[in-house]
Amino acid sequence: MRRLSEVVIETVDLGYTYMKGTPMARQALHGVNVAIRRGELVAIIGRTGSGKSTLIQHFNGLLRPDEGQIKVMGQDIWSKGVSLRDVRRRVGLVFQYPEHQLFEETVEADISFAPRSMGMTQVQVEEAVREAMRIVNLDYDSLRSRSPFDLSGGQKRRVAIAGVLAMGPEVLVLDEPTAGMDPRGREEVLQEVADLHEKHGYTVVLVSHSMEDVARYAQRLIVMDRGTVVMEGPPHEVFRHRDTLIGIGLGVPQVTDLVHELRGMGHPLPEDVVTLEQAMEVLVPLLAGWPNGHGQGKGQRHGHGCGHGEGQSQGQGQAQGSWDGERV
Amino acid sequence: MEPIISIENVSYAYEGGEQDRVDALLDVNVRVDAGEFVAIIGHNGSGKSTLAKHMNAILLPTRGDVYVLGMNTRDRSKLWSIRQAVGMVFQNPDNQIVATTVEEDVAFGPENLGVPPDEIRRRVDEALALVDMTGYEQAAPHQLSGGQKQRVAIAGVIAMRPRCIVLDEATAMLDPVGRQEVLRTVRRLASEEGIAVVHITHFMSEAVLADRVIVMDDGRIALEGAPREVFSQPDVLRQLQLDVPQVTELALELARKGVRMPRTPLTVQELAADIHALLGGCAG
Amino acid sequence: MKVPSVVIGQYIPGDSLLHRLDPRTKILLALAMVVALFTVESPWSYLMLAVLVAAAVLSSRVPVKMVLRGLRPIAFILILTFVLHLFMDPGEELFTIWRLRATHEGLRIGLLTVVRLTLLIMATSLVTLTTSPIVFTDGLERLLNPLRIVGVPAHELAMMMTIALRFIPTLLEETDKIMKAQMARGADFESGGLVNRAKSMIPILVPLFVSAFRRADELAVAMEARCYRGGQGRTRLRQLRFGPADAVVAAATIVYLAAAVVVR
Repeated sequence: MRRLSEVVIETVDLGYTYMKGTPMARQALHGVNVAIRRGELVAIIGRTGSGKSTLIQHFNGLLRPDEGQIKVMGQDIWSKGVSLRDVRRRVGLVFQYPEHQLFEETVEADISFAPRSMGMTQVQVEEAVREAMRIVNLDYDSLRSRSPFDLSGGQKRRVAIAGVLAMGPEVLVLDEPTAGMDPRGREEVLQEVADLHEKHGYTVVLVSHSMEDVARYAQRLIVMDRGTVVMEGPPHEVFRHRDTLIGIGLGVPQVTDLVHELRGMGHPLPEDVVTLEQAMEVLVPLLAGWPNGHGQGKGQRHGHGCGHGEGQSQGQGQAQGSWDGERV
Repeated sequence: MEPIISIENVSYAYEGGEQDRVDALLDVNVRVDAGEFVAIIGHNGSGKSTLAKHMNAILLPTRGDVYVLGMNTRDRSKLWSIRQAVGMVFQNPDNQIVATTVEEDVAFGPENLGVPPDEIRRRVDEALALVDMTGYEQAAPHQLSGGQKQRVAIAGVIAMRPRCIVLDEATAMLDPVGRQEVLRTVRRLASEEGIAVVHITHFMSEAVLADRVIVMDDGRIALEGAPREVFSQPDVLRQLQLDVPQVTELALELARKGVRMPRTPLTVQELAADIHALLGGCAG
Repeated sequence: MKVPSVVIGQYIPGDSLLHRLDPRTKILLALAMVVALFTVESPWSYLMLAVLVAAAVLSSRVPVKMVLRGLRPIAFILILTFVLHLFMDPGEELFTIWRLRATHEGLRIGLLTVVRLTLLIMATSLVTLTTSPIVFTDGLERLLNPLRIVGVPAHELAMMMTIALRFIPTLLEETDKIMKAQMARGADFESGGLVNRAKSMIPILVPLFVSAFRRADELAVAMEARCYRGGQGRTRLRQLRFGPADAVVAAATIVYLAAAVVVR
């Protein structure tokens, strides 16, 4: 795994304060040390205001740290002689609701804004636009002359993502790319992000609020709380710390929660289940060993005296609550 | 009992370009009763937001009728009574807060209704207490989190003393904590205050909390029923471009492997209890 | 939990007499001050008015620095006015630099003009410094209300001001976000000539306008959904009260201003 070893983005004791020197000053980051390696798909999780957005804006030099350093490809980007524009080309940043930044008359013109700003030639620009649109599954020929404002929400977002991809970045940072989308839209965009990483070899940093999504797609999680990194590691390790995560306003995937509940009931299950597939792997053999649980068993036991009946289990109470009977 | 909202054979076609026509309605019938919590789900363009906007006369049907407490929404003389009875909370928290402080914003509705100042004061305090925002009276909207802003918007509706609150994708732009805050608030309003809640959402984990789920597709109602009925049809939902909560999916996968699941679980606790029972354990 | 009210515009929260006065009193007295400033001639009058403004500033407990800050944008105009009067006004020679001849009259009128403008700015900014924007808008609406008969849309103006105040922070935040998003795509807002710089604003302005229109549209629907139908039949949560303090302060100020005008 030599490819994984090269660090592409690194922060050293990074600190940042908003409105520094005013009475409204607020420390947004302190003592942040993270490293993103080439070829990784890393997810940053943390509740709103934990510093995720501030951190990723340091990755491409949109914010200048008050303390510490930010290195891209090993170089301190705020040292003399470093071109910030070059840093921004190498580290593509897609903001939340990126469709709100569209401004050109045609899809093609909008996507080519970045490559043109970066000084590519006309031929290079056109090639970059085609390639970027292909990656996000937008048809070049039918869409290039359309106004981006006439497209559907999902298409607009893809155009905006393509607008960053067209610069030819090595690292792609996406801030909640599925925010506000419907289930199908979320699924499609996530799949494209996964493809960017797997098929197209991008290093991807994903900011997400969905624990199920990051468990499924990310190789490594960076957990932020109150301006600093509180946990780091592969999903199955991070999600072991269920209580800590809940304490900082996050959670764990539903299946992890399920296994936690079952373990609490005394069932021998491993702690590190984070995806549906893993849950199936451990639950199927377990249930197969029990006549009640599996197949053609005579299974009379369930439903009798074991309290999964109406209103007894906690879950029932939560789902139905006290909605019934409250009529005015 | 008279329904709060009764939508009868409603069709709606947007005027203008063909592109806008996708979000139309075709022969829709919906009834919402007092204190009920109804979730409406459906992919983008399925017509759910169009349906919501019929519930307080923001849109009027092309065919069919909508009645709010027996008042036809076409009746212009009843417009303000209708809008007082059915309040709306919209998707973008920033674009529905009018005033520069929380209390002034909550007062906006009652002010429009011509409520006397002392009574407005009482209603504002009461509404803020109901959404758990007491103490934020003087705060400016931009100082609040998304979840707090939406709760202020809900308070603004409650202060008008409505019978029903329609949340038009009001959780779409919030983080999980904000979504939880809003959900907790409206569930309490339904159960404790008897205010009907119509919640339009993209999040299946929110829809499972409802008394009834309506699934929209192509301007029609594709499925309707208790959450358990609706979510036990994952294949139909997937066809409608929707999904099911992860635990529900897991249970269905287990069933596919031959495990005899006693029901379609909707929450982690339900599935845990079911598996526990299957494994022969007794809860507790 | 108590969240402090935020500073929009330049309001400085406080509990002085000036803070507690009805906004209508403050606005009207500031107007009276302006009228007085433009009627008086004698230096003694100016001195009396200056004393009044100084007393008001001190009693408000607003930092003097904040009151003077209002002068910064017009500092250049003040200096220019003074210099023009000094050298252009005809009269007895004071001194001559190169071909410019300063006069006694010029010095006097120049100084008085600067004092007049300074006091004007200080008096009016004291109103906005001690009145929260909401209360100020309320006061303005009620003052303009009688003018409805002649077609002044008092309520609409006040509502526009409120919405503007409400959305200033939101739009500032949004501008910052759009700028950053375009910078992430290689936009450069600093280098290049004037034309280039103006051009580089397009990627910011277009999204900003698109979003502002969307916001306006959504806000209009949201307001209608909350039964907004203009100022007719509308009540207000906040009641303005013209109390005894207002009467006393207003009467005293008017008498003082009248005295300042007649003094020679």
